[in-house]
Parts: sequence; C-alpha cells; structure tokens
Amino acid sequence: MKAKAKSSAWKTHIDGATILVALSGDWVARTDGVELGVAAKFIKPSVRALKFDTAKIGHWDSALIAFLLNIRRAAGQADVALDYGGLPVPAQRLMRLASDPAAASPTKRPSTFLDRVGLQAIMIGTQGVEATALVGDILLRGAAALFGRASMRGVDLVDAMYDAGLAALPIVTVVGVLVGGILAFIGATELSKFGAGAYVANLVAIGMVREMAALMTAIIMAGRTGGAYAAQIAAMEGAEEIDALRALGIPVFDYLILPKVLALSAMMPILYLYGCLIGIFGGLCVGAATLNVTAMSFFVEAQQSLTGAEFALGLAKSLCFGAFIAVIACHVGLRAKRSAAAVGAAATTAVVIGIVGVIALDAVFDLCASVIGV
Amino acid sequence: MASAAPPSPMLEVVGLAVGFGETVIQHDVSFRVESGSIFAIMGASGSGKSTLLKALIGLLRPMQGSVRIAEEDYWAASEARRGEIDQGLGVLFQSGALWSSMTLAQNVAFPLRMLSHLDKASIKQLSEVKLSLVGLAGAGGLMPAELSGGMVKRAGLARALSLDPAILMLDEPSSGLDPVTAKRLDDLILELRDGFGMTIVLVSHDLPSLFAICDDGVFLDGQSKTAIAHGAPSRLRDECRHPIVQAFMRRERPATDTDISGAPHDSR
Repeated sequence: MKAKAKSSAWKTHIDGATILVALSGDWVARTDGVELGVAAKFIKPSVRALKFDTAKIGHWDSALIAFLLNIRRAAGQADVALDYGGLPVPAQRLMRLASDPAAASPTKRPSTFLDRVGLQAIMIGTQGVEATALVGDILLRGAAALFGRASMRGVDLVDAMYDAGLAALPIVTVVGVLVGGILAFIGATELSKFGAGAYVANLVAIGMVREMAALMTAIIMAGRTGGAYAAQIAAMEGAEEIDALRALGIPVFDYLILPKVLALSAMMPILYLYGCLIGIFGGLCVGAATLNVTAMSFFVEAQQSLTGAEFALGLAKSLCFGAFIAVIACHVGLRAKRSAAAVGAAATTAVVIGIVGVIALDAVFDLCASVIGV
Repeated sequence: MASAAPPSPMLEVVGLAVGFGETVIQHDVSFRVESGSIFAIMGASGSGKSTLLKALIGLLRPMQGSVRIAEEDYWAASEARRGEIDQGLGVLFQSGALWSSMTLAQNVAFPLRMLSHLDKASIKQLSEVKLSLVGLAGAGGLMPAELSGGMVKRAGLARALSLDPAILMLDEPSSGLDPVTAKRLDDLILELRDGFGMTIVLVSHDLPSLFAICDDGVFLDGQSKTAIAHGAPSRLRDECRHPIVQAFMRRERPATDTDISGAPHDSR
C-alpha cells in the first residue's frame, strides 16, 4: 500500500490487463495531503481496463471527483476502459455530470504577441474615431443647446455647474494659496540673491496667471470631477441605465454628456480667475512674511506686470482644459465594460488621460503663445 | 458527502424575527431543514424571503430567535466561530454576484485560495471540477461580463460549491431564466444534491421549480409578516386551504386583496 498524507490512501492491484484501484480513508478537499494528480501512475502501457474498489472509503467530496477526473483524462488518452461500478453511487452520478475540463474546447484562444499588438492598435484607432465622433456630437449638440434646441434639462446643467464650480472652491482655494505661496517662496529665496526681491510679485502674478492657475485648476478638476464623471457614467453603463435612455429614445448626449461638458467648460475659466486671485494672495502672504513687502506695493507690482493677453491666454487654456477633461471623462465612461471593476478602471483612465492631456495641451498653448508673441 | 446523515436537522430556525431598524419584516418563523433535503422558502415578492435568507447566511442579525446550523446556534457563536460555520455554507446570490474583476476560474478558486492551504495545482483542479459539474468546463477564462444569464447562475453555483459546503443556499436561482434553462438548472441542483448529499435551502417564487425539486418548505406571508404554511410545495398546492397560499400556488389573486384570513397550515 502506498500511504498518502493524512487519511486518503490508494493501492493498486494488477490482474492481467486490468488494474484495480482501491481507495480508502477520507477524500476531503481541504485536508492537507490529498493528492489529486497521481493518475499517470496507474495507467501503464499494459493496462487496458481500470476498476475501482471504494469499500473502505470514508468521507469524500469534490477531491474524489477531481482525482477521478484526472484518472478519466489519463485513461482516455491511453485508451483504457473505465468501470465506475465500484464507486459510490453518488460519485458515479457526479462523474456522469462532470464534463472533462481538458476535453472541453477553451472559450478563449490564447493570444500571441502579434495578436495582442494588433488588437491594441485596432483598439487605439477605434477609440480615436469614437472620441472624434464624440467631440463632433458635443459641438453639434452644444450649438443646438445654445439656440435652445437641445433636450438637455436645465436642472442637470445647474447641478453639474454647482458640482464643478462652487463645490470645487475649497480644494482650489487650498491648492491656489499653496502654489502662490511656493512661487513667492522660491522667488524670495532666489531673487534676493540678486537684489531683485521686489520682483517676487511679478513672478507670482505672471506665474499664476499664465501657467499655474489654469494648470493646477485643471489637474484638480481632472482628478476630482473627471474621475467622478467617468465613474458615474461607467456605473450607469453597467446598470443598463444608458441602455434604458437609448431604448426610450432619450438622447444620451443631451441628457448625460452635454450638461457635464458645458458645466465644466463654463466653470473652469471662473475657477481659473479665482485661482489667480487666491494664488496671488498666497504669494502676498509669503512675500510679506519673508521680504516685508506691503500689500499695496505687491499688488501694484503684480498689476504692472500683467497684461490682458496674459489673462486671455489663461482663460483660453482653462476653457480648453475644462472641455478636454469633460469629453475624455465622458468618453471613457461610455466605453467602460459592464462590471464593478470597470468603474474603477474608467475613473483611473479618465484621471490619467485628463492630467497627462492637460499638461500636453498646456505645452502646445505655450508654444503657440510664444510663436505669436503673447 | 458519502457519510451517513446525522439524525438531527441540518438547519433549524426557531422563533426568528428579522427586519431593518425598527421595521419587522418577518416574525415568529420556525422550521427545520432535514439533512440532504431541498427546502423551499416561498412567498410573494416583498414577503421577506431574501431578508430571512440573509439571517441564515450571517448577513443580517435577527431581532429575535435562533438559527441552529448542525445543532450549533449560529448567532450565539463568536464572530470567529461564525466565520468557520460560514465556510460550510455555499450561497448562490440572485444576481450571481460574481467578482467582476476575476475570471470564472478565479471566482471559483478564490475561496479555496483564501481559506485553505492547498497548493495551486490542487486548487486549479478542484476549481475545474466545480466548473465542469455545472457544465462550464473550458469556460474558466471568461470574465463575468461575458456570460449569459444562465451561465452567470451556473458560475455562481460553481463558486457556491467551491468549499464543498454542507448546506447550499440558493436565492432565486431560476429568476431571469427561460423555462428550459430554468429546468436544466433544477436538474443540476438535484444532481448536485444527490451527488454530494448536501442540504439545499432555496428561496424562490418560481412555481415549476418549487414543485419539481423541493421536499419541504415554508410559506412566508408579507401582510401578516410570518410563516403561514409548512410543507412541500406540491403538497401545499394540493392540500393547503389558506387563501393566500392557494392564490399563490394557482397564480391567482385572492378573492379580495384584503382577504388574507386563514388558519396556519402544516403539510409536513
């Protein structure tokens, strides 16, 4: 007898071309030492038939079935006839019920590296086309909305504007003050070395108005609002709420997408202006603390350093950033698969694309501004 | 399992009251589920069947009464002990409740991976057995989002079988399935009960399934908020004179919607 670990055990007796496998002890799956894959040891070339003796078997569960399925698979490959007569009747029923996992055709073909590259390329292309179509839809429906011909609900727009505007003020305030303060601190440290500490106000004002207010606000909104949009739409997709809209003939763009895109596009410039103000205030606080600059002189310096073009650039950026974040978030949400995991994945994707895209767009804006001399 | 059935009931509910906050959904519910039987918890929509099931599977602490699993008072046990008892219960949720970030094979393997010391190869083989028993051999690589309704139920069943439970709880197993698929699922439940000898508690209002596979049951009434009949669904259909049970079994409205009077019935 070949003892197995713990209680399950088997022994074999060969009689001519027939092998008798006698099982004893408990065959319970969660018992340590139950060995399931020993079938190959039974199936010798000389064996043509296999029988079982389970007179001494104790408790058993799916471990016995897994053991028997392994034998069945090996016997099938070696053309050995199996006789289940010696098995407990319930086990015989389960063996009839269980189809062979190995014999079943896999429902997914293993993909090669080239397959995956090709599929990825097709997916990226498809996404590009779909995103372009979405932008087109938004432009068309947005124009219709301006003339009052979109079936968008006003209350949805107001809700979205509140969420993307007023509700975002606390975080914009915190980040704006800190960024303005950091700019002033760096300026005070470095510019003082050259006796140019008085230009801290210029640094903070231009830094915030041209770059940081628009960029930081956009990054905040990509993380906060873009992620929320994508998660909400993905969850609705998973719960078939969007299918319900489509089935009833309610335009998904008008009801779901347009309010979000319009709200974020409208609120971003306002948040940008607020971010400028609060950032300059943060700079003033640090400037006053480190350089003994008065508020009046700080604001005068800041005012003199700024032109309308700086604000126009910042406003244009923030408008584009807002629209970009909303479009990407809605696009990602609409493409989400129908599962709980897809909701998290959609939110992550929307945030990552939103932040990276905003930074890339910012670089393009700066390049263009440099070319046209703004 | 092939061992001899214990003499005591596998599950016994005594004077159970369940609800949320101050709201009582069901009260004074008592029944016994014999080992190896298929027991139905019946009742109309909103009668509290699924709420009662939650108390049986440890998701909702009852307001009153006891749930005895293999003679052990579940809710009187420590949290750690309840966790051990839970491992002897397999649950098929109404929606399947498959973990959407895992493949079917991973769904079935996950309980074993978390709650056993088996090696990966054994876990894989045992998971394949469960999937093959429910007719999903070879489908282990699919994600839940790729499945049809019937496949979701069968995959949920395979996961419920993952730890070879002594008691299998099925919440509306045939809901959302066409009659043929529902019949196949009924046959599968019978095969699994006969094969593994497990006890099955089934929450359903699907009459053909109830008549086809259940040995015993309890009928919950949503208006009186208690059990109004006990017995096998087919016997209740033939013998019970309670107007609500009669109406339910014959798919009729009661003579009047307020006509809910009737003596409790016992066909056991």
